[in-house]
Amino acid sequence: MADSPNILNYTHRHLLGIEGLSHLEITHLLDKSEEYVEQNRRADKKSDLLNGRTVINLFFENSTRTRTSFELAGKRLSADVIDMSVATSAVNKGETLIDTAATLNAMHPDVLVVRHGNSGAVQLLAEKVNCAVINAGDGNHEHPTQALLDALTIRRRRDDLTGLKIAICGDILHSRVARSNIYLLVTMGAQVRLVAPITLLPSAIDKLGVEVYHDMKEGLDDCDIVMVLRLQNERMDGNFIPSIREYFHFFGLDYEKLSAAKPDALIMHPGPTNRGVEIDSEVADDFSRSVIREQVEMGVAVRMACLEVLAKNLQQERAEQ
Amino acid sequence: MTGVWTAARPDDTIGKTAYVNARLIDPASGLDSDGGLLTSGEIISEVGPDVFKNGPPKDAEVIDCAGKCLIPGLVDIRVQIREPGQENKGTIESAGRSATAGGVTTLVCLPNTKPVISGMSQVEFVARRARKIGLSKIYPYAAATEELEGKELTEMGILAQAGAMGFTDGDRAIANANVMRRALSYAKTFGLLIIQHPEEPTLASSGGMNSGELATRLGLPGIPPAAEIIMVERDIRLVEMTGGRLHFGHVSTGVAIEAIRQAKARGLQITCDTAPPYFALNETSVGEYRTYAKLSPPLRSEDDRLAVVEGIKDGTIDAIASDHAPHDEDSKRLPFMQAAFGGVGLETLLAVSLDLYHNGQMSLIEVLAKVTSAPANLLGLPAGRLAKGAAADLTIIDPGAGWQVKDNDLSSKAKNTPFDGRPVQGKVLRTIIDGRSVYRQKD
Repeated sequence: MADSPNILNYTHRHLLGIEGLSHLEITHLLDKSEEYVEQNRRADKKSDLLNGRTVINLFFENSTRTRTSFELAGKRLSADVIDMSVATSAVNKGETLIDTAATLNAMHPDVLVVRHGNSGAVQLLAEKVNCAVINAGDGNHEHPTQALLDALTIRRRRDDLTGLKIAICGDILHSRVARSNIYLLVTMGAQVRLVAPITLLPSAIDKLGVEVYHDMKEGLDDCDIVMVLRLQNERMDGNFIPSIREYFHFFGLDYEKLSAAKPDALIMHPGPTNRGVEIDSEVADDFSRSVIREQVEMGVAVRMACLEVLAKNLQQERAEQ
Repeated sequence: MTGVWTAARPDDTIGKTAYVNARLIDPASGLDSDGGLLTSGEIISEVGPDVFKNGPPKDAEVIDCAGKCLIPGLVDIRVQIREPGQENKGTIESAGRSATAGGVTTLVCLPNTKPVISGMSQVEFVARRARKIGLSKIYPYAAATEELEGKELTEMGILAQAGAMGFTDGDRAIANANVMRRALSYAKTFGLLIIQHPEEPTLASSGGMNSGELATRLGLPGIPPAAEIIMVERDIRLVEMTGGRLHFGHVSTGVAIEAIRQAKARGLQITCDTAPPYFALNETSVGEYRTYAKLSPPLRSEDDRLAVVEGIKDGTIDAIASDHAPHDEDSKRLPFMQAAFGGVGLETLLAVSLDLYHNGQMSLIEVLAKVTSAPANLLGLPAGRLAKGAAADLTIIDPGAGWQVKDNDLSSKAKNTPFDGRPVQGKVLRTIIDGRSVYRQKD
């Protein structure tokens, strides 16, 4: 990635992760996103900023929300958005990731939005193409736009992330959302706590600048924000927890556990929720506390901002060549 | 490095060759002095400081070593070849070219080919093919269990008679404790050696790199160092119980080395080797998902790397082997978790090992012992020494000459070196097998 000539802007070609981004770069992306929130609430949501550009959604894992969110984001900026769901296509017929990258690259896309089940796969693909790449989730590694939309949601409710006590609860081990959020929130000056059974925490996670708890009420004590993660059943290759019942008993977010947090603490979840597993329905649907739907709304705005910024960077890079 | 190969033709008769102006280093005898060496036919007939006091014999071809080191050809006791079965990754000829370019004149290959080396015919095939190709001498290990499945023992006695140097399931651990117990006991009947890949598979199988902060940041499942020590400690108990002989391949962790150190002190017949990546690199080489640095066992922490260096120095680690594991691009140009484990190492074995000398950790002769006489002694191979009457398997090296490892410059078919880009010191100038120069370095 190129060094940033203007440190106030985001000047990288790709958005592969939050790790390594500066406070200013993150703030720039959030400020940009903010502009799109209003546009998305108007009757006419369309602008022509990316007119004539091609955005390809390349999803090697099933996804409805993120894919739709990126698709809408691209279309609202007037880009041509193509969907390639690869879960059932050539890659399963023996075509490698690199071959796929080369094939798509030959079609001259401007932005590739990629989700893949393997950590590092999006970066590998990014090394082989001439366009901008947005990581829409790679394995257990990163999901940067999710962290940005979470930060935007918080920022609109609390003005400033600095000093906020934020608990991230649940399946940290299998969560790219957790890693991206940890990097972002720690960079922005929040106090990040993780609450999970030890089997769902990766080794040496405390080295990432977080406090680790194994008891929900202790971890949530005096918190401003409670982020609940989806229990990634599909990624579990063994017994990480003995049962859903036991998990919900100790780690499922209900009013009882939530009472430890600040009375106006916000509840967040990247979705889709497993009700009765990591979160009680009552809590998820409490719109005085839960901002889960707002997160979805912010998602489109954040993705519009990322598409715009990367498309512009690419245009500038190509102009300089 | 580039060079020229001339395959040996064993049917051609050869005369005498006099190697003059050499710095002779023979770790087996402790010799390190200026001198010369005379080969007659395929064997060493004279060696020492004074052999050419009155000039070389008139009927000998003279090779001027120009003050460079003449040492025994290297002996590499852990090499994967891929032929038969996966010739797209590597062949016996490719291994031979790579080995001779690395100064390796004798290598021992793992049985994890397709088919697995578990019958007399496969044991004989490897040695016969190697002789026909006329580059490095290749001795095989045979499988310890049928199909490397860890269930039924192979015909160890017969296989040993056919030429198997030891018994191992290759890059798989013999995981079942009772099977390992029987393998050690049965092998003891004939005085045979079992070689273990020390890794508890149930702890390692879902992982891709060393557990720890870096793996957590990269979102990669880890292989804990405990996977190694658990298997090592279990096997030490089984050696104690059976009185068998056991060798651990490529040890990588400080705790395992300490356990082996103590087991040796108790007098158990346990030996081990390590490979250059484990004393020259650590887990940070994985960097941003570099699959060339995806090895088995995984590259470990800096503390473990230092413990491996210590183990080599104090003799706990008996030998250094390349752990050569060739893979084609299709097996490595993949997302990290999908990529194959292993790196090529024949051509970098000497130069990377010499880091231990250049860094002042060991003397030159001590480092060379770990890649010549020590591994030869471990398996009872007739190799690795400059002795009158021994096979004339030699290499001429310039230990100080610098070069940069580049994947595409390697002579092997496979290019997957974890040392890609690394500056190293130590060049192989010429490799001689059975008295014939089979490799000459060209700049």
